[in-house]
Amino acid sequence: MSINRREFVKALGTATAVSAVGFPFIVQAGTKAKVVVIGAGYGGGTAAKYLRKYSPDIDVTLIEKDKHFYSCPFSNEVISGERSLDSIRFGFDGLAGHGVKVVTDMVTDIDAAKKTVKTQGGKSFKYDYLVVSPGVSFKPGGIEGYDEAAMEKMPHAWKAGPQTALLRKQLESMKDGGVVMIAAPPNPFRCPPGPYERAAQVAHYLSHHKPKSKVIIMDAKDKFSKQGLFTAGYNKFYKGMIEWRSAANDGRVLGVDAKTGTVMTEFDEHTPDVANIIPPQRAAAIAVNAGLTNDSGWCPVDQRTFESTQHKDVYVIGDASIAGKMPKSGYSANSQGKVAAAAIAAQVTGVKMPEPSYVNTCYSLITPDYGISVAMVYRLQNGQIVGVKGAGGLSPMKASEDTREAEALYARSWFYNIIADIYG
Amino acid sequence: MSILNVKSALLLAGLMASQVALAGGASGEAIGFTCNGCHGYDGMSKGAAPSIKGLPATYLENAMRDFKSDKRPATIMNRIAKGYTDEEITAMSEYYASLKN
Repeated sequence: MSINRREFVKALGTATAVSAVGFPFIVQAGTKAKVVVIGAGYGGGTAAKYLRKYSPDIDVTLIEKDKHFYSCPFSNEVISGERSLDSIRFGFDGLAGHGVKVVTDMVTDIDAAKKTVKTQGGKSFKYDYLVVSPGVSFKPGGIEGYDEAAMEKMPHAWKAGPQTALLRKQLESMKDGGVVMIAAPPNPFRCPPGPYERAAQVAHYLSHHKPKSKVIIMDAKDKFSKQGLFTAGYNKFYKGMIEWRSAANDGRVLGVDAKTGTVMTEFDEHTPDVANIIPPQRAAAIAVNAGLTNDSGWCPVDQRTFESTQHKDVYVIGDASIAGKMPKSGYSANSQGKVAAAAIAAQVTGVKMPEPSYVNTCYSLITPDYGISVAMVYRLQNGQIVGVKGAGGLSPMKASEDTREAEALYARSWFYNIIADIYG
Repeated sequence: MSILNVKSALLLAGLMASQVALAGGASGEAIGFTCNGCHGYDGMSKGAAPSIKGLPATYLENAMRDFKSDKRPATIMNRIAKGYTDEEITAMSEYYASLKN
């Protein structure tokens, strides 16, 4: 162990306290602690920015495969035609302004033993700490026949971008009187209220432009997020237009035939005009390949820090992680990015990590002026992230029009602010 | 590093660790960061949610306590405020008050 006393004291000087669990991270004179972040979405973007905020002495490299990030939150409004695809697209200049080195490349390999990641572009990056925020992938064989080619015919639109545009285009070209089928996945999956907000948004578009059409939600579950509020909203604004079929009512989609446009369940076959297939999910491929996942397909972590329980100095945040009671949402990922940044910065600078605090706030729009929400404040209890008793919960079932309109306003405000929090 | 230095470093670490216990519990900054998702980076809002950066600590504290006790109506803040202890509310209020506009 090559601890240099002068460096150690210097670290103490800037610290409010020393880690009670061990020595702070000490680097050789003249070098900075290197953190590599994989993925520039809600989780990774936040972690990169807040690492720099916690300690400008940390060298942060953010590796993202795309030049831009398309936000899944508010992508349903692109599908309904309420906003443009450009309005959910964000670049990384703001992050660069905070001193984050942004690399456009795809990580193909994580070597946790050598603490190195390799990219498709042939580059290699050494790290002291690695943050992995890769999002979700679709479970192989989750829906029979739903391969890359099928996705071009029956878009999932569950990763925003071209898929979002494709689903929008299909709705635009659909005839009045057509059927839109949304296949909702089993738990756990990215954005639990997402498919049901989407149904409302699609119905919003159809009710104005193709009022004879129908939306059928085919569900792999028997209940869903914000169910009471969504159901009441569907009845209020889209009566008779949205139908929900639970798993118990043969709602679970098992397979597709993209050539014929057929959607298959256990007992039936459907040929909707537009099929939006949201398949069963697991952590993104890079997390699976790096051995960060367990049998569940998701990444177990120390829920205090988000350090992987399978690889030291590797932190997994966002949808890919198993984060106790937190849902897989953009706000969760944002909150987790801050916790992981605090944990890493504490190690680097030799301070004790503050007690972690976690929040989820999630809005859904039933119409552009009618919003509902779910929120929760979480804390760590016996190593598990749990909701604070008596806190959080849903918008009330009975609320004035003004309240719903205010929540719609706050939903948009949420979007502008969380984006600025990450990319600004 | 000599053994002597290791010893003194450990001693120092022990001393500092005992201060952690005193300062332990709520970190206004760590809690405050979780608010930024809705209230904007450093509490500067770009939308309908109010900016909270640099507001007086007593104002923020009173607002949060009133949300918590349902004395002050809100769409979502009543649900959020119930997630925090009074100590945490004080800590986060002081954090946002300390940010200069």
